[in-house]
Amino acid sequence: MDKLLSVNNLSVMIPTRFGDFLAVDSINLDVKEGQIHGLVGESGAGKSTIGAAIIGLLETPAFVSSGTIKLLGQSLTELDNQTLEGLRGRRISMIFQDPQTSLNPLLSISDQLVETIRQHRSMSRDEARKAAIELLEETGINNAAQRIDDYPHQFSGGMRQRVVIALALCTEPALIIADEPTTALDVSVQKQILKLIRDLAKQRGVGVILITHDIGVIAEITDEVTVLRYGRVVEHGKTPKVLGSPDETYTQQLMAAVPRLDKRLDRFVNIASDDHRIDGNTAWQVKGANDQHASQWLLNNPTSQSVPAADQTELSTSDSSTSVLQVQNLSVTYDAKRSWFGKKTGFQALNDISFDIKPGEVLGVVGESGSGKSTLAKAIAGLVPVSQGAMWFNGTNLPDAAQRARTHPARRQIQMVFQDPYSSLNNRRTVEAILTESLRFYGLADKGAPSRKLVASMLELVEMPQRAMLKYPHQFSGGQRQRIAIARALMARPDFLICDEPTSALDVSIQAQILNLLKELQKNLGLTIVFISHNLAVVRQMADTVMVLRNGEHVESGLNEDFFTNPAADYSQQLLRESPSLELLLTD
Amino acid sequence: MLAFISRRLLQSVFVMLAVSLIAFTLFRFVGDPVAQMVGQETSVADQERIRDSLGLNDPITTQFVSFVSDLITGNFGFSYRTRQPISEMILSRMPATIELGIVSLLISLLIGVPAGIYTALHRGGAIANTILVTTLIGISIPTFVIGIFLIFIFGVQLGWLPTFGRGDVVTIGWWQTNFLTIDGWRSLLLPALTLGVYQLTLTMRLVRSEMQDVMKTDFIKFARARGINRHSIHYNHALRNTMVPVITIIGLQFGGVIAFSIVTESVFQWPGMGLLFLDSIRYVDIPVMSVYLVLIALMFVVINLIVDLLYAVIDPRVRTGATH
Repeated sequence: MDKLLSVNNLSVMIPTRFGDFLAVDSINLDVKEGQIHGLVGESGAGKSTIGAAIIGLLETPAFVSSGTIKLLGQSLTELDNQTLEGLRGRRISMIFQDPQTSLNPLLSISDQLVETIRQHRSMSRDEARKAAIELLEETGINNAAQRIDDYPHQFSGGMRQRVVIALALCTEPALIIADEPTTALDVSVQKQILKLIRDLAKQRGVGVILITHDIGVIAEITDEVTVLRYGRVVEHGKTPKVLGSPDETYTQQLMAAVPRLDKRLDRFVNIASDDHRIDGNTAWQVKGANDQHASQWLLNNPTSQSVPAADQTELSTSDSSTSVLQVQNLSVTYDAKRSWFGKKTGFQALNDISFDIKPGEVLGVVGESGSGKSTLAKAIAGLVPVSQGAMWFNGTNLPDAAQRARTHPARRQIQMVFQDPYSSLNNRRTVEAILTESLRFYGLADKGAPSRKLVASMLELVEMPQRAMLKYPHQFSGGQRQRIAIARALMARPDFLICDEPTSALDVSIQAQILNLLKELQKNLGLTIVFISHNLAVVRQMADTVMVLRNGEHVESGLNEDFFTNPAADYSQQLLRESPSLELLLTD
Repeated sequence: MLAFISRRLLQSVFVMLAVSLIAFTLFRFVGDPVAQMVGQETSVADQERIRDSLGLNDPITTQFVSFVSDLITGNFGFSYRTRQPISEMILSRMPATIELGIVSLLISLLIGVPAGIYTALHRGGAIANTILVTTLIGISIPTFVIGIFLIFIFGVQLGWLPTFGRGDVVTIGWWQTNFLTIDGWRSLLLPALTLGVYQLTLTMRLVRSEMQDVMKTDFIKFARARGINRHSIHYNHALRNTMVPVITIIGLQFGGVIAFSIVTESVFQWPGMGLLFLDSIRYVDIPVMSVYLVLIALMFVVINLIVDLLYAVIDPRVRTGATH
């Protein structure tokens, strides 16, 4: 096979106010025809910067400071802007992460395809349109001849990504850079899109650089992989070799941190400390504050009926113990706005859901987007009104959002950890103010010294330095913010925690840390948790029981082990089959 | 789409009814209409007769209904001040204001939109910065100062352009237009410029910030990655997306110019509706004021409807009734 792209000693510099920052440091990379080359790494590894440098779309002020990029023997770094612009699209093209935003919403698919084709090939409008229809068919759009005149919003996410791929291919490029092409998609759609990319690469002999943070995706379709960290190559080689028996410690740790579908781990290996952004000053302490104080305070919760998991008998045999939360025939309908002419149509987000949670149990809720996972969380937390059904919390009726007063005890007892730690914390308030709020609101501790001591202790409990309480959320990394969010939930002295995709915005290594923390807290405090995730492997690690939702309907429930080894419903089997797994590698 | 338009039309009817109610209240309860109509020597019995014949003794609801139906049929009543039918007064003044508004809108669009695009694409460039600073001065000076300033330079010092009135007009039916004579255009230039400067700055800054946002979106990056040429990226892909929010503001601005070009009209003694409104206030000519109020509201409603329809033309998501 011919060498399509060769990158030699590429460095990218980003000048900042605090001096130059080397985002990419002497990278070497080769891609051959028809080959899929994976670039994997955590955030800040420089993967996307490499992609942007190759296609010549680095955002100012970043620039290539040294090295060469050769495409089919032609050096791209020496070209002037105009020639490079001519190559862009014709020789190299790109697929972006989010199909919702990478298509122009105001132009029809046909407009965008025909324009791109005519930009690079001399064709009449009709010829270009014919070529576009053929291409759409090739990328798997049914009824392409009719659908070509539709606008992007009329396609579903997966279909849009097919259109994006058609757009990237319509100029017949030799190289395609795919930057997280499936991250925004559901697993089943992800599977299809990956297969499409693989087939196209093979049939058309296109070289593909696949940039992703998801080891599962890498394992599934790449031929070769380069592992990156802090802008440097850690390891490079054939995918089965690198992922299956990695030489470097970092790769080994990374692989260990990936949650597996096939086995449940007690704890993940900690790769890197997430703390490099915090100054090392752990000497600053509030008098008498330590994690013991916090956990004692949480355990001595007068309202709590939970018992530490250690004292519990096996879940399957503890049917006699009363449920913490009982949900019966729950339905949630989002009403479209009532209008004078339009019919009142409702969207049924949840339909007839029933389940029980025992004290100290972790219920994993899985499903694809639109399955109603988050709606369920909001219904329990009292954030959306319920259209039908009932909930009981600790034996008493739990009113829905419309009826649950701000002072209702369940508002304190049920706490929530949200998905995105960047938007769930108020950047204008110090961590201390954020954490003290629930103490004050629920009257859980006296103002001043006792509150302060609790805040500091709680931070220690979530493995943050006590000094963090003086800072603002934006000074912390994503993982640290999620720790603060967990601490905030715990400050209310809850019995019941709802975690809605708590790690899906985080890197693998950070995810491992947060999952470890949650496991630890659950074990020591005996918390009851509803753990929501689209990632089956993560649920596998966390949950005692699993519930699968689809389009608002209950599909299946079962104990963790039973579900993952032998799922009953067809849909569950399909979900498990389609989740990217590392099995391929392990058998090698 | 049809449902959307009819819904908007129905909402408009309610808006108009509410405004009519305010206008009616103004007309009926601010001072006694009969007392303002008649002289000192009219006897109480005569006053009572007038009151009766005008229907002022009917129940309030009946009066409101007849007020509204009069408005709908175009029977606007008479001015206290000039004794002319209000419809005639307004019709004779309207063309002047609308022509002034259109020309100033054109000035603001023809200069503001390209300047906005230029300053967005050449961010931090010398020319772009000069444009930004200059227009900042334009927006910080009150309209009447700009007007007087322009009069001073072009009217007094240079003597190129007339400083007041409409100049020569051509009458087509009831519509008197400035557009068909050179003198008409010369008279129009200074007031239109005065009105246009402020809008121009707003339009430009809005286009600039919207365009900068659009240029950062993924679909623009993707278009660049596909090798689409710059011209098409800027004017086909980016500008269209820029115009969606810009149109709303331009529509409202146009309404504002027509309704409230009072200052400019009085500086240039432009015989438009603004000047009429000013005179009505000065002489407490309440019927004219209340009709004016209703007409201005109607105009805003119509402009908003047009803006909504333009949305549908530009944005397929509105056209096909997307739910997202």
